[in-house]
Amino acid sequence: MQKKVFVQGLILAAVLIVPLLLNYMGHPFYLDLATRLCILAIAAVGLNLILGYGGMISFGHAAYLGLGAYAVGIPAHHWLYGGMDAIATTNGFVQFGLALLVSSIFALLTGLICLKVKGVYFIMITMAFAQMVYYLFISIAEYGGDDGLVIDTRSEFPLVNFDDSTQLFTICAVSLFFVMWLVWRISKSQFGMVLAGIKGNEQRMIAMGYNTFAYKLAAYVISGMICGFSGALLGNFTTFISPEMIDWARSGELMFMVILGGVATTFGPLLGAITFIILEEVLSTITIYWHLPFGLLLIGVVMFVKGGLSALIPKAGDKE
Amino acid sequence: MDYTLFVIQLLNGLQLGILLFLVASGLTLVFGILDFVNLAHGSVYMLGAFICASLTFALGNFVYALLISLPIVAVIGYGFERLIARPLYERDHLDHVLGTFGAILVMDTLAHMIWGPAGIAIPLPAALDGQTQLAPDIVVPTFRLAIISAGLIAAAGLYWLVNHTRTGMLIRAGASNRTMVTALGIDIQALFSFVFAIGAALAGLAGMLIAPITEASLGMGNNIIITAFVVIIVGGIGSMKGAFLAALLIGMIDTLGRAFLDDIFKIFMSSSVAENSAPAISSMSIYLIMALILFFRPQGLFPPKLR
Repeated sequence: MQKKVFVQGLILAAVLIVPLLLNYMGHPFYLDLATRLCILAIAAVGLNLILGYGGMISFGHAAYLGLGAYAVGIPAHHWLYGGMDAIATTNGFVQFGLALLVSSIFALLTGLICLKVKGVYFIMITMAFAQMVYYLFISIAEYGGDDGLVIDTRSEFPLVNFDDSTQLFTICAVSLFFVMWLVWRISKSQFGMVLAGIKGNEQRMIAMGYNTFAYKLAAYVISGMICGFSGALLGNFTTFISPEMIDWARSGELMFMVILGGVATTFGPLLGAITFIILEEVLSTITIYWHLPFGLLLIGVVMFVKGGLSALIPKAGDKE
Repeated sequence: MDYTLFVIQLLNGLQLGILLFLVASGLTLVFGILDFVNLAHGSVYMLGAFICASLTFALGNFVYALLISLPIVAVIGYGFERLIARPLYERDHLDHVLGTFGAILVMDTLAHMIWGPAGIAIPLPAALDGQTQLAPDIVVPTFRLAIISAGLIAAAGLYWLVNHTRTGMLIRAGASNRTMVTALGIDIQALFSFVFAIGAALAGLAGMLIAPITEASLGMGNNIIITAFVVIIVGGIGSMKGAFLAALLIGMIDTLGRAFLDDIFKIFMSSSVAENSAPAISSMSIYLIMALILFFRPQGLFPPKLR
């Protein structure tokens, strides 16, 4: 138990300190990589809440990344070029608030439909809804359509400066730790227990008098909001927002992180995101065809590794 | 509304619907019988287009190339079943999705390595390249009529195979009770491989038929597979009849929406608003239809009869 807590603390400290140290030593590249890592890990943690703890396999969570990013990009775009005065702003509270609002509304509306069905229907429908958002942004010429939206300005908050890459990274890392803590708290709460019960045997939970649909919908909305928040950070990080963020391959990569890291664990999504970022970075420097070894690895993991990375490193997992 | 344009768009919608059916039928066949979710089905569609393109240049004739590509794609489907799908049958759907997602990455990258990043246009033989006069003022490209007829022939062949042959009987029996069919001494694994090969050949055929119009390109499989999923969800997963009718419905809605929605919107809103909102709405229309159908009929329009 002591050793497990020690390893977990070590992982968190490494995620926060190593990139800052490398940046200080003159390698800003690794700071950017780590910022992207933290942002993707937040989304993976959000997905894990419904995929891991709730057993709802969403293949469309990249949609929330896109919605969050556009919620930052569209106000910034109007602030720069005029029009739509009601939302034209670079105020971070408005932009992030908008990201959370839009992703929660989208999650609520699609959740009402998606959660009526189960299993493979659910997978396909979440995927189709994400595709709907993808085509929506492709067809809006005002916001760049296919080419994407370039914003030269980041969210403005008092005290912190998002244009400073060290501060942006620190914000992302701290947000990641907070979200991991939040999902851990949720999973240990009564709400989380009911969710786990639904994953195990929904009929029984219904028989016990729980409104399982409401519980699932609540989890689905929270998960979407976490991913929307991650998308708002992503928009600030890249300052280039394109429909490509919502491509279903992105949703697949998020699922890959959660599964590889180990579903229904606190550290699984983080470990999965670290592995994904390292793999992508190493493989893509070796060959432009890096999707080939990546795809083979994915098939190999599915066929031969049960329980993901967390199962391979039992000390780092958080199963009691 | 222009009558000629309307008829031509109707034919385009029919053509899209037929192609969608060719892809969706394989998906629904494999899901209905094997309970296997195959995301990589779209990649077979893409491979069909590329293989046919290469053979067209090697042989100098599109029709011969298509006839030779069909068995090649079927063999690819067979190999895919043996290597990737079979070990995953007993797993849950999540593993199917992730495993076949990996397979998409592998197949797309292989196609990228073999054929390069650019698309390949396929030249048509003179007999198919012209225009056909259907009515006094309606002229359509001959090849579009050829696509529609080829697709309808394939659909009819599939219907005959599934409903009027011994193999089809075994397939239907395998779908309703796998264990019982095995107990009666049928090699169910061989049957499954056959179903996969047929599904792959149909998807490949769709890719080969569309390639002379749109050219063979790397992303084509991933674009059509989601729409094919919408088709089988709307039609009812596992239902062949549902897939056929839903494919035609989705094909029509998508094509006619893109062509005429802005005209319809202009009837009751200002033309600038109509021109801005129509493309967004029409590109989402099939997903909106799917959402509506699911909300009121989660099992799809024509769910398969439970036996």
